[in-house]
Amino acid sequence: MITIKELSDVNLFTAGHTACPGCGVAMSIRNAIRVLGEDTVVYVPASCAVVFGTTFPYGAWKVPFFHTAFENTGACLSGMQAAFEKKGKKVTVVGFAGDGGTYDIGLQSMSGAAERNDDVLYICLDNEAYMNTGIQRSGGTPFGAWTTTTPVGKVVQGNRRFKKNLGDIVAAHEIPYYATLSIGHPLDFIRKVEKAKNIRGFRFLHMFTPCIPGWKMDPAKTVEVTKRAVESGMWTLYEIENGEKRITHKPGKMKSVKDYLMMQGRFRHMSEEDIKKLQMWVCKKWNLHYKEKGAPDVCEILPPVEHHAVTEEHREMHGP
Amino acid sequence: MKKVITGDHAVAIGAKLCRVEVVPAFPITPQTLIIEHIADFVSDGELDAKFLTMESEHSVMSAAAGASAAGARVFTATSSQGLAFMHEMLYATAPLRLPIVMANASRTLGGPPGIWCEYNDSMGARDSGWLQLYVEDNQEALDMVIQSFRIAEDKRVLLPVMPCLDGFVLTHTVEPVDIPGQEEVDSFLLPYEPDIILDPKRPAMIGTFMPSEYIMELRRQTAGAIESAKEVIQQINNEFAQKFGRDYGGLIDTYMMEDANTALITMGTVTSTSREVVDELRQEGEKVGIIKLRFFRPFPSHELKKAVSNINALGVFDRSISYHGGGPVYNEVRSALYGMNIPVINHLAGIGGRDVTKEQIMKMFELTQKAANGEKVNDIYWHNTRGETV
Repeated sequence: MITIKELSDVNLFTAGHTACPGCGVAMSIRNAIRVLGEDTVVYVPASCAVVFGTTFPYGAWKVPFFHTAFENTGACLSGMQAAFEKKGKKVTVVGFAGDGGTYDIGLQSMSGAAERNDDVLYICLDNEAYMNTGIQRSGGTPFGAWTTTTPVGKVVQGNRRFKKNLGDIVAAHEIPYYATLSIGHPLDFIRKVEKAKNIRGFRFLHMFTPCIPGWKMDPAKTVEVTKRAVESGMWTLYEIENGEKRITHKPGKMKSVKDYLMMQGRFRHMSEEDIKKLQMWVCKKWNLHYKEKGAPDVCEILPPVEHHAVTEEHREMHGP
Repeated sequence: MKKVITGDHAVAIGAKLCRVEVVPAFPITPQTLIIEHIADFVSDGELDAKFLTMESEHSVMSAAAGASAAGARVFTATSSQGLAFMHEMLYATAPLRLPIVMANASRTLGGPPGIWCEYNDSMGARDSGWLQLYVEDNQEALDMVIQSFRIAEDKRVLLPVMPCLDGFVLTHTVEPVDIPGQEEVDSFLLPYEPDIILDPKRPAMIGTFMPSEYIMELRRQTAGAIESAKEVIQQINNEFAQKFGRDYGGLIDTYMMEDANTALITMGTVTSTSREVVDELRQEGEKVGIIKLRFFRPFPSHELKKAVSNINALGVFDRSISYHGGGPVYNEVRSALYGMNIPVINHLAGIGGRDVTKEQIMKMFELTQKAANGEKVNDIYWHNTRGETV
C-alpha cells in the first residue's frame, strides 16, 4: 500500500485551475489522480470541474481528458474502456461526476455500467447540490439544507427530503467495490483509491466534497467540515467489497449534528424541530453503520449546543 | 457472393466487413435486426469487436463517443425515438470530429406512435454536423456502410456519418445482395489511424469548455469539413465504382435527365418506383427524369443547380413535414435554387409509412408538368391524404 510519503509529487491535476479556494472537488480530484497515476484516462461530465479545469485554451489535466455531456459518465467510461481493451492498452478509465450527475440525471448511465460490471472506476464527488449552475437541490442534498430551489421561505424552509441512499443503490448492483471517502481522512482516502485502482470490474468511490459557496462556509475549513461530518455521522466511512461491508473508520463518541450544521450557512436557518428530525435520521444511520451486535442504540439528541467560534487553539489542532 | 437478405442484415454485414471494433447497441424497431446480426457475428467469432449492450440510446452514443475518442472504429444503429433520445450526443460527437458510423432505420418519430417509414426522425438531426445519406435498396445499404467509414475517417472530413434506410421497406424486406469479399473491402478501407486520441502516452484534452473567444472558429471548421466532404464523397464513390462495379453517382444520382424538361427529386425507396413511372411516361413521349437525392448533408446545392439547369419545373418528394408548410427537402431545394427561374412544387407523400404508389408518382409528375407549362398549381400537395384533393 502507498503511504503519504510515497505518493507522487507530480501533479497530474496542476495548479492554475480556477476552482474556488478550499474547493473539496478540486482537492479530491488532485489527490485521487496522484494515487491513480499517469496511465489514467479521465471523463468528466458537465460540472464545475469541466469549467475550472478545462476552459480552452487552458487545461489543468496532465492525463487524457474527455467530456461530452452531463448524464452519461457511466456510458462514456464503458465506451472508452471497450476501445482500450480492444486495442490491448492497460489504462485506468476513471470518471469524476458530481452528485447531480450521479444521483439524478446520470443515474441510469451509471447503473448501466455497474450492472454490466464494466472495468471502470466511477468517482462521485458529492457536494450535495447542483453547484455549477448556482446551488440547486439534487437527490444528494441533505434534509433542511438551503439551496436556490429549496429556499428558506415563509411557509417552507429548506429541503424537505433526506439525502438519497446512493450507497445502497450502487451496492445493489453487486459490484466488486464501493467505498465512501473523505478528504479529512487522507490515509483512508489513499488506501481506498489505491484499492479501487487494482480491482477489476466496476468500482465506485463516493467522495464527500464540501463546496465553499454552496455550503456558505469558510474556505479554510474544508477539511474540518469534512471531519465534523464524519464525527457526527452525517458522512460514514465504509467499503463494500464483493458484498462484504466493512466500517473503515469509526468515530469515537457521536457528536451532535448541530455542531456540523452550524459551521455552514446553508443550515443556519434550521428550526430546532428540523434539527431534531435530521438528528434522528443521523442516529438511525449511525446505528446501522456502527452499532455492535447486541449493543443498545445510540442517539445523542442534546439541547442545542452553542456554535463555538474557531479559536487559535482550534487552528493549532486542526491546521490552517 | 449473392445472398437474399434484409436491409438490416445487409447493414450488419457491411459493418462486419469494415472490421468495426466497438459496437454499442440498444434495440428499436425496425433497426433491431442489425444489432441482432452483429451480436451473432461477435458471439460466433466472425467479428472481433466489443459488443456493448447499453441501457439506452443516449448511452449508446455516449459509449460510441468514448470509444471513438479512445481510437476505435465504432459502429451502431438506431431509429426514430432512439435517434431523438441521443440527439444531444449527435451534437457532441460531430464537432469533436469523431468518425462514428450509425445506420438509421427511418421511422416515424412519435407522437402519435408509429413504427413505419418517415423521415421526421433524421431530418431533426440535420444541423448536428452528422453527414446524412438515404439509400434506395439493400445493396446500396451495404455498400454505403463501407463508403461511410471511408468518408467519415478521411482526414479532410473526420465527421460522423448516418446512412438512412427506409424502415420495413428495406429493413425487413429481402433482396438479392452482392456481398463483397473481405479482402476487397480490406484493400478499400484501411484500418482507422486517428491523429489525436485519448492516450496516456500523448495526453490530450477532448471536449474542453469553449468560451466565446474560440467557439466560432470551431464551428467554422466543422462547417468547412462538411463542405470538404462533397469532394471526398465523389472521389470515394468513383473509387468504389471502379473497385466493386457499382456507381451510385455520389451526392446525387440522376435518371433520364439528359433531355428532361420536368424532374422529380426523390429519396430512398421511392426512387425505384419513380424510375418505373419515368419509363412509362417516357413511352408516352413525356420528357421526364429523376434526381435521386442521396446525401442530405452535405446538401448538394451545386450539383442540383447543374442537374436542373435545362428543366422547366421541379417536383420535390418529401417524406416528412417541417410544420411551416412544406417538407425539409423542399425548403432546402428552394434555397439552393434561389435565383433560378424554375417553379418548385412540393409533394408530401408516404408519411408514417403509407405506400407511395405509381399512381401517386404519376400525379406528382402531372402536377409538376402543369407548372412547367405555366399553369397555376399549388406550391405544396399532400398526396393520398384524406381531405386533400390529390
